[in-house]
Amino acid sequence: MTFLQLTGLEKYYGPVAALGGVDLDVTAGSRTAIVGPSGSGKTTLLRLIAGFDVPDAGNVTLDGARLADGRTAVPAYLRGIGVVAQDGALFPHLTVADNIGFGLAGRDATRHGRIGELMEMVGLENSMLKRKPDELSGGQQQRVALARALARKPKLMLLDEPFSALDTGLRATTRKAVADLLAAEGVTTILVTHDQAEALSFADQVAVMRDGLLSQVGTPRDLYLRPKNPMIAEFLGEAIILTADVRDGFADCAFGQVAVDDSSRQGRVDIMLRPEQISLAVNSAQSQGIGAPLVEVVEIDFGGAACTVSLRLAGLSGAPMERLSLRQPSTQLPDIGATMQIAILGKAHIFAA
Amino acid sequence: MQSVADDQQTDTAAHARHGALSRRRVDLSWMAIAALIVSLAALLPLGFVLWVTVDTGWDTASAMLFRPRVGELLINTVLLVAITVPLCITLSVALAWLTERSDLPGARLWSWLSVAPLAVPAFVHSYAWISLVPGLSGLPAGVLVSLIAYFPFVYLPVSAMLRRLDPALEDQAASLGLRPAKVFLFVVLPQLRLAICGGGLLVGLHLLAEYGLFVMIRFDTFTTAIVDQFQSTYNGLAANMLAIVLVVCCFALLGLEAAIRGRSRYARVGSGSARIVQKQALGRATILCLLVPILASVLSLGAPALTLTRWLIAGGAGVWRVDEIGRAIGQTLFLAFAGGIMTTAAAIPMAWLSVRRPGKLHRVLEGCNYLASSLPGVVVALALVTITVRVALPLYQTLFTILLAYMIMFLPRALVSLRASIAQAPVELEQAAGSLGRSPARALWAVTIRLAAPGAAAGMALSSLGIINELTATQMLAPNGTRTLAMAFWALSSEIDYAAAAPYALIMIVFSLPLTWLLYVQSKRIAGR
Repeated sequence: MTFLQLTGLEKYYGPVAALGGVDLDVTAGSRTAIVGPSGSGKTTLLRLIAGFDVPDAGNVTLDGARLADGRTAVPAYLRGIGVVAQDGALFPHLTVADNIGFGLAGRDATRHGRIGELMEMVGLENSMLKRKPDELSGGQQQRVALARALARKPKLMLLDEPFSALDTGLRATTRKAVADLLAAEGVTTILVTHDQAEALSFADQVAVMRDGLLSQVGTPRDLYLRPKNPMIAEFLGEAIILTADVRDGFADCAFGQVAVDDSSRQGRVDIMLRPEQISLAVNSAQSQGIGAPLVEVVEIDFGGAACTVSLRLAGLSGAPMERLSLRQPSTQLPDIGATMQIAILGKAHIFAA
Repeated sequence: MQSVADDQQTDTAAHARHGALSRRRVDLSWMAIAALIVSLAALLPLGFVLWVTVDTGWDTASAMLFRPRVGELLINTVLLVAITVPLCITLSVALAWLTERSDLPGARLWSWLSVAPLAVPAFVHSYAWISLVPGLSGLPAGVLVSLIAYFPFVYLPVSAMLRRLDPALEDQAASLGLRPAKVFLFVVLPQLRLAICGGGLLVGLHLLAEYGLFVMIRFDTFTTAIVDQFQSTYNGLAANMLAIVLVVCCFALLGLEAAIRGRSRYARVGSGSARIVQKQALGRATILCLLVPILASVLSLGAPALTLTRWLIAGGAGVWRVDEIGRAIGQTLFLAFAGGIMTTAAAIPMAWLSVRRPGKLHRVLEGCNYLASSLPGVVVALALVTITVRVALPLYQTLFTILLAYMIMFLPRALVSLRASIAQAPVELEQAAGSLGRSPARALWAVTIRLAAPGAAAGMALSSLGIINELTATQMLAPNGTRTLAMAFWALSSEIDYAAAAPYALIMIVFSLPLTWLLYVQSKRIAGR
């Protein structure tokens, strides 16, 4: 069931199109991530949904109600959409309690109880209620901002890169906590981020944005394994992109014969493999199959848990895919100069023509 | 042999290093001593007031203080402050919002015109109004003219602050269901509190200290009464007693401001960059809103412009007595220049300490200076007159005394600019210069002094502007025969020779304009990070 629907949304800043016609459907209770490089228009999109900006064309419908129809739009304060900004945007002149209770009416005991409830929900201690925002750590600030946005039981929650200001360890745990909380509350959520790993792990639905347009929308798995084009493929993770001759479900490429995911395609195409699909094995006479390529270890970059092994495809000097980097656990590092054998797991993806 | 020579060399080097080190320590303590002396000088007026209080004794003092006249002055002063300051704040916040946050046509022009009244000395505003409406007098007139003369003191910080506010907070409040009027009330206004308090305090202190403005429209405050007393009986007890009450008023104002301001910190939380603010569309209210800046500009700039033009035309070429005006310009510029240099030089030790060796000492010293400069000029002058007459008669009505008074009154202006620019030269730069082979003194010269020079110039300009338009203390302290622009203007307009006074007013405005422009540009730049 479509809960939020965006149709043909356009926004111009002067002659520059920040959004060039965006269509998106969001299911009730789901989590959608909009991911794209900075300047791709994702924050503009979020601001149009929140009602901070008015679109130049297109419309926004939430739960059957038309929020924006071209330039006529319902103002933000009437929309009941929660927003958590990049840095939390806590009111610096108010305490934590007053920040959380900002959108709540009344000053009575129920309000107080609700604030305590929200504090518990986001995992903050009640002793912090009297503090000012600048006495909190970055992670705590984001939790307060989340509690503040949740206070009014919003129909839709918008998260504008809320984790990017946190350091790496905190980012993952906060993200998980927020995702679990929003799932438990059943709040439909849209996350805007430039971090593809964050988008993939957070959302049920990922939309890749580029130059004011959504280039592809789908489940994280679908987008990662079957991207529409090489650009999306590389944006979502490391990708090995090769040109190959495909015939009857198999591609002839630098790695020899590789199975592909679309057996209807024939002829010369671009295919993609994720590096984790390639495994290294010691070169032994028994395992030498037909066409299984040999590689030579050129360089090892020791990096602890994940080490990078640079390989050269033997006997293929001058070919476009001459070199190849793979991550390997530190326990399985080959020697420099050793000849290894590679094997492909799963199928290669063929880009749409 | 080789190794002995080496040893000797290291020895000498170590010795040299040690020498440099101890010299540095001496430098530092010299800086501290200099700062201490400056602060003690700044505390003279306060010390004088304390001494008068103790010296007079309770019986005499209470007889002098609890008089209907003092009560009358107190009521006048309190009413003036209590009515004018809120009006200034209301007008300034409205103007600041219109010029910074709405799509008001010509917002930049109105913004500049809201600062421009600062270029017109307060007593010239008064002169303009009294010659337009000769019957103007009393509290309503006092409120009107001081509102017009002083509202830019609130407008400047409030508009700068309004630009700096993070619009994300306002968006956030809207997403939490607050309508725009409530967003302004609960999110924008609280964040402007610091700027409003600072500007309001400045207006209040000016109201307490101003002399010329109120004399001209025949409104009595403590300051005008003190000058009256002083002119009838030099060094009289009555003037000293009134000065005590005035200082108490001053402290009450400082205390009130501190209480309202509270301990709040409004530092921006988080690291994201502030986005460009969206301007509120005024729509059909545009015409109505335009009336606010138009009215403010007509009253604050139109009135002086009209009066000056009228008197200059009426006076014709005859009022331009070149020799007299030339002498006044010369004397004014000399005092402004000498006073500016002295004030800036006196601020250097304090500014250096506060940046390089921040600690308790510098905070106490700095507090002394701000306190001293918040005292009205009339109190500073009265103190210096009494002290020179009693203790150091040869210094009475000398250049030194008047420059000392200027230093006490205008030191914070120089201090603020200097400190900001010394802070621009982090100690690491000095150390880098040291590692590139410069001696500490040469490193200081090549790096810190160079980088601080623009700040020093700005500080000097600000203090000089204050001196050019200063009337009260100059009148009471300047050597015989001194006739600055302000004094000449004052003397002529007191004789109701308004036409002859007009050229002096015009010249003062012309001198003040570039500095007012500087203030305007600076406030925009600070805001436009």
